[in-house]
Amino acid sequence: MDWAGWLISTVSRALAFGVPLLWGTLGEIYAERAGVVNLGVEGMMILGAFTAFAVSQSAGRPGLGLLCAALVAGFAALLHAFITVTLRANQYVSGLALSLFGLGLAGLLGRGWEGKPLRNPMPTLTVPGLSRIPVLGPMFFQDQTALTYIGIVLALVLWVLLFRTRFGVVIRSVGESPATADALGINVGLVRYLCVVFGGLLAGVGGGYLSVAYRPSWTEGMTAGMGWIVIALTIFASWDPLQAVFGAFFFGALYHLSYRLQAFLAPELLKLMPYLFAIVVLAVSGFGRARWRRRAPAALGVPYVRGER
Amino acid sequence: MRRIGPFLLEPRLTPSRPVVFGVSLAAVVAALLVGAIVFWAYGLSPWRAYAAIGRGIFGSWPSFSEVLRRAIPLVLCGVGLTLAFRARFWNIGAEGQLLAGAVAATGVALFLPAPENLRLPLMFLGGFLAGALWGLIPALLRVKLGVNDVISTLMLNYVMVYIVEWLVHGPWKGPTMRGFAYTDAFPLSARLSYLPHTRVHWLTLVVGLVLAGLVSWMLARTRLGYEVRVVGQNPEAARYAGISFIVVLSLVMVLSGGLAGLAGVGEVAGIHGRLRSPAHISMGYGYTAIIVAWLARGSPLAAVFTALLFGLIFAAGDSMKIALGLPFQITGVFNGLILFFLIGFDLLMFWRVRLGPKGKAWIGRVGS
Repeated sequence: MDWAGWLISTVSRALAFGVPLLWGTLGEIYAERAGVVNLGVEGMMILGAFTAFAVSQSAGRPGLGLLCAALVAGFAALLHAFITVTLRANQYVSGLALSLFGLGLAGLLGRGWEGKPLRNPMPTLTVPGLSRIPVLGPMFFQDQTALTYIGIVLALVLWVLLFRTRFGVVIRSVGESPATADALGINVGLVRYLCVVFGGLLAGVGGGYLSVAYRPSWTEGMTAGMGWIVIALTIFASWDPLQAVFGAFFFGALYHLSYRLQAFLAPELLKLMPYLFAIVVLAVSGFGRARWRRRAPAALGVPYVRGER
Repeated sequence: MRRIGPFLLEPRLTPSRPVVFGVSLAAVVAALLVGAIVFWAYGLSPWRAYAAIGRGIFGSWPSFSEVLRRAIPLVLCGVGLTLAFRARFWNIGAEGQLLAGAVAATGVALFLPAPENLRLPLMFLGGFLAGALWGLIPALLRVKLGVNDVISTLMLNYVMVYIVEWLVHGPWKGPTMRGFAYTDAFPLSARLSYLPHTRVHWLTLVVGLVLAGLVSWMLARTRLGYEVRVVGQNPEAARYAGISFIVVLSLVMVLSGGLAGLAGVGEVAGIHGRLRSPAHISMGYGYTAIIVAWLARGSPLAAVFTALLFGLIFAAGDSMKIALGLPFQITGVFNGLILFFLIGFDLLMFWRVRLGPKGKAWIGRVGS
């Protein structure tokens, strides 16, 4: 086997596998920047994956499937927002409940849909011109769906919004010091609702990508813990959309390699690599404590009650 | 204080026991009502579905004993989790710790040359130690390197799932098992006995009940228990009082993981008699135990009863599979619903509702 070919296909597949992680992480970054942890990403992604598959298979249009996936996951996130923002319940427990519920419901409804390939999956693109560059062309500009590029552009846009606009200041202040934001006349509850639901929409697209583009079929539990990796990636990326791009594609590469290296090591041991690595990455970033860890939003995980400190 | 229609809402700081019980019960009932909608949406009559479950569970002693059988791992994991949650350590990893215990028990049963009458005690010891180790790692990672405990415990679940998969497909795969991903069957001296006509491996159950009592006593009456409570309720005060976080959290997670490990021993030595794929060994006991502990509100003794409730839901899942042809995932739906309603209803406990005096115009909030 030639090295160049191996490298090209690895990078290209890593990019494709990183897409659901990227979309999920971008959404979770916004939710957490506003001060709400959502551990329900796994549940929202699997609901998105099932919805996208069921709608695409019935309507024959993967775009419509993705839209519905976003809406269903967004609705699930709305539930989380209601419980944590309005009822001020524990964010961790609510997110776990959402994951349990989502995995159960998708498994229940998905029984009859299992094992059939999707009739018309999302088309892959060949970027005109750029795809003919040697090495880089086949690495980055062939065999990707539109969601790869939209995801990267979205990360840029979200970064600008978060760090260069007034809108971003509002979101960040709600996550850092809701009492101050409240005193300045910002509707803390509304901002949190919007950010959590936005996170759900993106997680839904990420899940849907799995079932209509990456592996156009539906199998129960097909998200295989990606939602939890998303939570780790959010921390790893220091709540920064641009760093999320690198983190997502790095873990995409890990996932891909866990299939690729099966000639050398037992497949089961390779499959545990991304999960082990998530811990290692967080542990290593713990060494540079002062510089790395300060960036968690100060009010993350704390329900806001006016007049309480 | 707030006014809604004719009612006044007064805040209360510490809800009494009957209130906690009543609100929790209301949450479970509400979840079952929404569950009825799920049945209906699935094209089943909710009334007939619940009736079938009732017949399936309460029909005979052997079928009812399945509730007990399912509750055994939930008691052990749940008691351990109440301890961890008291110290505000988010142990989401009981699933992996249970599997670690199952692996260690299998290792002892199949590969350790030990006298026959020592084999079971050694399996329990090994299971406890393996679960404890799997629980200790995230505790050390959090105290020393600030690694988020939710993430590390969750990730370790997946790591252990794949280790078990590897063992049963690879090095430990039984030579007599041909195509199946099983280890060889345990020798009889490594099996737990059942109550007659059931699959209730009573020894594990007794161990769970005794440990529930011990942990409860430890929390209420010992110095360590006191330190656990302070670390959980007021970390600042704990730091000020010179309580060592690394010692307290390590001990908490050794116990929490160890108890889950014992549950794993019970499953392989009691039910399966061999190690097999993780989905068969556990079926999500470790995740369900989170709800068991949460519903018990941090009390190890209450966890025994909430474990029974979820044993009932697991047994109901079995009878739904048999009587109604529903997939087992329905238990996940019910578990999620119950958890949602529990935390959603929590707020209710902290408000007292009573009829307000007529005529007076209360505006918004007064005081509070």
